[in-house]
Amino acid sequence: MRYAVGIDLGSTTTKAVVLGEDARPLGRGITNSRSNYEVACAVALAEALIDTRFSLVSRELEASGLPAAARAELLLELERQFRAEQYRSQLRELDRVVTRHSRRLLTRPASLSVVLERILARMAEEVDSLYAPGARRKSDFFRDLAGSRYLALAEDEARSSGVGFDLLAGLFDKAILEVENSAAASGRFEDHGRAAVDRMEKPDPLLQAAVDRAAATELCQIGSVGTGYGRQKLPFPEAQIRSEILCHGLGAHALFPGTRTVLDIGGQDTKAIQVDQHGIVTSFQMNDRCAAGCGRYLGYIADEMSLGLHELGPLASCSTRPVRINSTCTVFAGAELRERLSLGEKREDILAGLHRAIILRAMSLLARSGGVRDQFTFTGGVAKNNAAVSALKSLLRENYGELQVNISEDSIYTGALGASLFALRDAEGRAA
Amino acid sequence: MSRPDAAVAAASEASKDSSQVRQKEMIARHFDRLAKSKETGEKSAYTFVPGNLSELLLSFDVLPVLPEINALQSAMRGRSAEYISVAEKLGHSEDVCTYVKSDIGMLKSGNVGPTGQRLPDPDLLLLSYTGCFTFMKWFELLQQEYSAPVSMLHVPYQADGKITDAMRTYVVDQLKRKVIPTLEQVTGRAYDEDRLKECLALSAKAEDDLVAVLKSARNRPSPIDSYFGAVYYVGPIFSSFRGTQEAVDYYKALREEIDERVAKKQGPVTPEGEMGAERFRIVVEGPPNWTSFRQFWKMFSDEGAVCVASTYAKVGGMYDLGFRHDPSRPLESLAEYCLGCYTNLSLPTRIDLIVKYLQEYEADGFLINSVKSCNSFSAGQLHILREVEARSGRPGGFIESDLVDPRYFSAANIKNRLESYFQMLQQKSPSSVGLAAAR
Repeated sequence: MRYAVGIDLGSTTTKAVVLGEDARPLGRGITNSRSNYEVACAVALAEALIDTRFSLVSRELEASGLPAAARAELLLELERQFRAEQYRSQLRELDRVVTRHSRRLLTRPASLSVVLERILARMAEEVDSLYAPGARRKSDFFRDLAGSRYLALAEDEARSSGVGFDLLAGLFDKAILEVENSAAASGRFEDHGRAAVDRMEKPDPLLQAAVDRAAATELCQIGSVGTGYGRQKLPFPEAQIRSEILCHGLGAHALFPGTRTVLDIGGQDTKAIQVDQHGIVTSFQMNDRCAAGCGRYLGYIADEMSLGLHELGPLASCSTRPVRINSTCTVFAGAELRERLSLGEKREDILAGLHRAIILRAMSLLARSGGVRDQFTFTGGVAKNNAAVSALKSLLRENYGELQVNISEDSIYTGALGASLFALRDAEGRAA
Repeated sequence: MSRPDAAVAAASEASKDSSQVRQKEMIARHFDRLAKSKETGEKSAYTFVPGNLSELLLSFDVLPVLPEINALQSAMRGRSAEYISVAEKLGHSEDVCTYVKSDIGMLKSGNVGPTGQRLPDPDLLLLSYTGCFTFMKWFELLQQEYSAPVSMLHVPYQADGKITDAMRTYVVDQLKRKVIPTLEQVTGRAYDEDRLKECLALSAKAEDDLVAVLKSARNRPSPIDSYFGAVYYVGPIFSSFRGTQEAVDYYKALREEIDERVAKKQGPVTPEGEMGAERFRIVVEGPPNWTSFRQFWKMFSDEGAVCVASTYAKVGGMYDLGFRHDPSRPLESLAEYCLGCYTNLSLPTRIDLIVKYLQEYEADGFLINSVKSCNSFSAGQLHILREVEARSGRPGGFIESDLVDPRYFSAANIKNRLESYFQMLQQKSPSSVGLAAAR
C-alpha cells in the first residue's frame, strides 16, 4: 500500500499524518519534540504507521460486513490491549536501561538494585489497571505515564528503604530519554497486535484475520513533506520542506473546506492566516519579536499552579468573575498570578483572566492579518483548551459578529495534515 | 535545508563588484579629509541624508558628515550593540531610535568613524527636517555636545501629495534668510551662486545615470538588487558626493557596469557571489536591517528573490520620478529636492508609489520590513500593506526587525516568515504543482 506522510516538528510535540493515495488520512502519530529532531520525526512516523495499520484493520472489518457498533467495540478493545502491550514493552526497556545506568554508578547504596526491581515490578503489575476498560489516563505519552508512577513509587521506596529519592529520580531521567528515543521499545504492530488479540478472552476470528492481514500489508512511502518552526535545521531534504503557514492553511481547508481565516496557537508561535477557497494562503501574520501569549504561556502557568496543562481549561471554565490580566509576558504573568492569589482572588477567576489575555493578543494578530472572515478555524494545541475556546468565541462575536467557528478534535494535527497533502501532491506531480 | 547562515557569512569574504571597490576608495578619501580637516582648516557640517544640501555645502567648501550613515556603518562593522549600550547607560530609553543611540554611543566612545579615523567636531549642525521628528531631538542632543551653531531648515510635509508654490517659497526663504547666512558666518565666505550652479549641474548628470541603473531592474533577470544592492548604488549620491565630479565619474562607470550585466543577461552580484536563477521579483518598503545585512540579503538570494524596486533607495531623493537638480533654478531646485524626499511623503503617496513600482517592475509581490526604531517609516505600514494588496492584487508580506540594534533581529523568525512568504508566492503562481492540484 502506498502512502504519503506529513510531519510537523513543533516546539512542544511532533506530529505525523499518513495519507492514502485517495487523500484520506490513514494514521496519525504524536510524540514529544526533543533536541534530536530526527528521532522525534522517526517516533512520530512510527506511531502514525501503527495507527495506519489500525485503519487497515478497521477497513478489513468493514469489508467483512460487521455492523458499525460491533466494529467500534472490537477496535476499541484491540487498541486498549495494544497500548497495554506497547506500554509493557517500553517498561521492559525502561527496566533494562535503568538497571544498566544503576550499575554504572561509582558509589551506590547496597539496596539500590532491590529497590529498583521492586519499583519496576510494581509498575508492571499496574499495567492491567492502568489500561483497564474505561480507565482514564492523563497522557498518551510513555514519559508522562511511566514517569508519574515511577516517581510516586520511588518516593515511597525512598521513605522506607533509605535510598535517596534524588538518586532514583536521576536514574529515571537518564533512562527515559533513551527509552522514548528507541523505536524498538515502542515495538511493531505485528508483535503487539497479535499479542493484543491473544490477550483477549475470546478473540473474534474476524478481528484476528484482520490484524494478520493489516500486519502483513507492505507500506510503501511515495512522498514526504516536513514542516517546523524556528529551526535552523530540519531533518528533511530542502525540496521536501514547506512552511508551516502553508501547511496550516491547507490542513485547515482540508478539515473544513469553508475556512477563510485560520488561527493557530502553538507552543511558541501564534499564526493568523487568511486562505482562499482552495486553501491557498493569501496573507498571514505571526507573533513578532517575542512569544508572549503562546501555548507555552499556559504551560508555565500550569507549572506555577502545580497543575497539569489539561487541567487549566476545565478549572478556568468554573470562573464566575474573571479577573482582568493585562500582561501576556510569560515571566510577568507568573508574578501577577502570585500577586492575585495573595490578594485572595480565586484560582479559576485568575485562570479565566489569563486565558482571555492570550486570546486578546491573538485577536490583535488576526486584525493585523486582515481580520476574520467566515468560516473561522481554530487549530493548534491551545484549541483543545475549552476556556481558551470560549474566550475566543466571545471576542470573535464582539468584534466580528456571528460566524462559524470550526474546531476539529484533531486540530493539533492540522499542520501535519497540510504537509501530508503537499507530499501527496508532490508525488502525483512527479508521477504525472 | 536551512543552513547556519551567520557561520557561512562569517566564513567567506563578501563578493564585490568593481563599483563597490571604487566607492570604498571614495569613502576612504572622504574620511581621510575629515580626519585631517583640523590641520587643513576645512570646515565640516553634520547633516541628514533626506533633504541634504550637499551642493550648497560644497559651494562653501564644507565637508558633510552624515550621522545616519555612521550609525549604519557602525552596525555593519558590528559595533552598534556596544554604542547603543553606551547611550542606554546615559539614560536613553529602549524606545529611542537606534540610529540616534548608536551615534551618541559612537560619539561618547571617541567618535571614530567607519574607516577607523576620528571624525572632526562639527562647525555647523545643518538640520534639514524632512518628515522625521527624531531628527530634531537628535540635533538637540548633538547641540549639547558641541559648540557648533544649529541651522534648521523646516520642510513642510507633503500632506496632499503635491508641492505648492507656497511650500517652495517657504523653503527658499529659509535658505536665503537662515541657512545661507549661517554658512557665510561659519565659513567666513560669501555665497557663490555660480559655484552652486556648477555643483547642481554635476548632480543632475550623476542623477541621470543613477536612474538608468535603478530602471535596469525592469529587465529579466534584473541585473541589480534594488534594495540590498541599491544601498551601495545610492551611497555616493545620498552621502557626501552629490554635486562632485567624482560622483559623475562613479555613476558613469556604474551605469556601464550594469549595462554590461544587462547585455549578458546576468543577475545581481550578492555578497555570496553571482545570484542564481531569478525566481521572485519583489518590491520592498522600509529600511533594511544593518546588523545582519548580509545574512538578511542571503535569505532573499537563497530563495532566488530579487528586489526590483524599493522605497528605501529613495529616502535621499525621488530621482526615478523625474526630479533633477536644476542649475537654472538653484534654490528652488534644492527646495523641491527636500520637499520630494520619500520620508516627506504622505501615506497615500507612498501607497501610489509602491503600486506603481509593482506594475512598472512586474513584481510578484511586495514585502514590508517594519523597523522598531523608525516611527516615520513604520506608522501606517499595515494600512499600506492592505491598500497595496487591494489595489495591485499582489500579495504582501510583513517582517519585523530593527535598523542597528541586533537584539531585534531574530534570524530564525525572519527566515521563517520570508520562506513562508516566498512559498506563498510560489503557491499562487499558476505553474505551481500545489496550486494545479488544488484546482
